[in-house]
Amino acid sequence: MTGTISLVGYGLATIGPAIAVGLIFAAYINGVARQPEARPLLQPIAILGFALAEALAIFGLVLFFINN
Amino acid sequence: MILASAQQLPMASGDEFVAPGSEIFWLPFIGEGDWAITEQMIWGGVSVILICAALIMLTRNVSIVPSKGQFLFEGFYNFARNSIARDMIGSKHFMRFVPFLFALFTLLLVNNWFGILPPVMNPTYGRIGFPIAAALVVYVIYHWVGIKRYGIKGYFAHMVPDGLPGWIKPAILVLEVITYFITRPLTLALRLFGNMFAGHILIVLFVSAAAYFLTQGVVFKLLAIPTFAMAGVMWLFEALIQALQAYVFTLLAASYIAGAVAEDH
Repeated sequence: MTGTISLVGYGLATIGPAIAVGLIFAAYINGVARQPEARPLLQPIAILGFALAEALAIFGLVLFFINN
Repeated sequence: MILASAQQLPMASGDEFVAPGSEIFWLPFIGEGDWAITEQMIWGGVSVILICAALIMLTRNVSIVPSKGQFLFEGFYNFARNSIARDMIGSKHFMRFVPFLFALFTLLLVNNWFGILPPVMNPTYGRIGFPIAAALVVYVIYHWVGIKRYGIKGYFAHMVPDGLPGWIKPAILVLEVITYFITRPLTLALRLFGNMFAGHILIVLFVSAAAYFLTQGVVFKLLAIPTFAMAGVMWLFEALIQALQAYVFTLLAASYIAGAVAEDH
């Protein structure tokens, strides 16, 4: 079996952004549950935060391919 | 010829399964090497023609009492206009940027959905050149807008929020300049590229694994069924992700423009 350890590294690196995305949507759901009228206000903020957190995982992917 | 993306599936003909890599995105259509015209370029052009034709057809017979098609299109347009442009940029300046943001959103949406729609089945923006070009357009626009509004000196001064103690301002300025000139375009391009790239690879991986299982023993032939079903699940998931990424790209472009034209920080 062959491969590079950087693949495992990338897998580990996604844990951080995954937790971050989970936290962001948890906060968003919390906010909407407490104040349903705030939904249109919160939605772009949540998606924006999700996109920014997700960018870190994408960086990891790109670095993995650069490394290969 | 255009369906070469389907034929290029790494159907492991031998005994060993070869996982798909970045080579599945290299689809030269005419010519070869650095100057080859790839399938992605063709589909990028086709998408523009499709969008133009669809928009012209939908807006040709506009009436006060909208038809069904006009109603749906207005909903789509209002989404880009209100939920993206107005909410991010604010009701004072947003109208200037609606054509750009709407065009960007539509183009990205169609091109991303090419990734799940037969006969294309290949996201145009899975080649890094396309997201770089899209990010470059956004990059030039938000700097241009900001510099035009505040002047070059004022634009940099505008990056630092008011009310900070004097000694921390240079450090914040350095951070903001890095954000404005490096991090933002880089993440904008890489996010779209990474999502399209990874999503396409994931689908191809499941499909090619299912095809590989079919060449193996009976147990593996049975395994091909859930594997192919998983490809279907990923297909649906990708439909969601690709629409979301088009939205996120446009939303971020709008928020960068908003940051450049905002009254205060």
